[in-house]
Amino acid sequence: MNGENISFWEKLGKIDRRWIFLIIGLVVFIPIAFGLRMTVHVSPAVKSAYDTINRLPEGSVVMISIDYDAASMPELQPMLKAILRHCFDKNLKVILINFWPLGLPIGNQGLEEVAKEYGKVYGVDYMNLGYRPGDIAVMLRMGTEIRSVFYGDIKGTPLDSLPMMKNIHNYDDIAVVVGLEAGSMGDYWVQYVNARFKQDLILGVTAVMAAGVYPYLQAGQIKGLIGGLKGAAEYEKLVNHPAFGHIGMASQSWAHVAIILFIILGNIGYFMERRRKRGL
Amino acid sequence: MHISTNPWVWIAAILTLAIYSFLYKDNPFYKFAEHLFMGLSIGYGAVVLWYNSIIPRLWNPLAHGTSPSRFYLLIPIAIGLLSFGIFSKKYSWLIKYPLAFSVGAYAGFSIPVTFEASIFEQISGTILTKQMMATPWLAISNLIMFVGVITTITYFYFSKHHKGLLGKSARTGIVFLMLAFGASFGYTVMARISLLIGRMQFLLHDWLGIIK
Repeated sequence: MNGENISFWEKLGKIDRRWIFLIIGLVVFIPIAFGLRMTVHVSPAVKSAYDTINRLPEGSVVMISIDYDAASMPELQPMLKAILRHCFDKNLKVILINFWPLGLPIGNQGLEEVAKEYGKVYGVDYMNLGYRPGDIAVMLRMGTEIRSVFYGDIKGTPLDSLPMMKNIHNYDDIAVVVGLEAGSMGDYWVQYVNARFKQDLILGVTAVMAAGVYPYLQAGQIKGLIGGLKGAAEYEKLVNHPAFGHIGMASQSWAHVAIILFIILGNIGYFMERRRKRGL
Repeated sequence: MHISTNPWVWIAAILTLAIYSFLYKDNPFYKFAEHLFMGLSIGYGAVVLWYNSIIPRLWNPLAHGTSPSRFYLLIPIAIGLLSFGIFSKKYSWLIKYPLAFSVGAYAGFSIPVTFEASIFEQISGTILTKQMMATPWLAISNLIMFVGVITTITYFYFSKHHKGLLGKSARTGIVFLMLAFGASFGYTVMARISLLIGRMQFLLHDWLGIIK
């Protein structure tokens, strides 16, 4: 009996990793394909982000920084759309800015899609500044005058010819900056814009980064934190518009259960193998 | 089921499957998709940089501007061009100047704000105030955080042997570090699964039209 067990654990330890990929693939596929849903509970960090935007008076300006590209799109694009829906629903003005060149079309696509849903007009209700290299230098210069770094919008239209930009010059005219981050730009927003200009910030980050960003929230350097697809699903719930974040939650949860089981099995296998080697 | 008729969606779907085929084993489809992605990303990035930065910020002011101050732009251009010295053995030393400028400028930007944002603000966020003890749950949570910060810092104090009280504190710090690593690992798993969910949603929604 003991021999059979050892042989089983040994086999398990040498299992072809492609079986694991297949199981994870199925666990993700089945809930999406069959429309399984899970209840999403809103965390205080996301609620705080929502409340910060929700408290803004009509006409306030929200700047959203697109600091991600296609690789992080599944996590951050649902966040962008949910935040845009919230802003347009409250008649807030939105400025998009890009620090990742490959994020330029992705951010613009999300902005145009949601603006169309709400019948918003380019240049009046929202605009896109486009991309500029030089991250920190651009952030610092915008504290004095946006026009010193952005002569025009994404299409080269002079900023002064856009009605909504007439009275927007620097961070004093922007109520909140929302950074959607897949890299180090979130740290820069905190270090250079919050610390120096006392600009209110909200960060939406990929799940990989979320654990590292919590200290900023705890210290009050950011007003809210939206972490990964789960955070996006929570924000979708708050704006009452369940979308891709929500759809993915069942798959996410079942995949986590599968991975926990793999970890437990892996550990049992390791200890059984060690026991066998010790001749117990 | 409403299969997409958009050729771009088909191209994206086929390339997604080509990339995932690597999970079975390395193959020419994967290699093709990988190389295509690299080439397109770099090419697209260069074009965006050209049209969003070089043309409006450099070429237009120099070629079509009237302000005498536009010639100041020649200074950063000249400093930047020195970077190309790296391609010549004889002139590779020239790269020291743009590097020195970048290091100096970024150090100047960074040092004060890093102290402000990463040290002062974080210390201030760790100090236990009356407000942080407002409710029993908040008090417990903030006390755990306080103990975690102190013990973790002691773990990174290497000027004295980790014995006695310092040793106990450092060992407690290790527990907090392990918890932090565990949280990071959990979030990393969540992130990777999210990426798979995103692609799966694309294949089932945008391409095959199985889900609404």
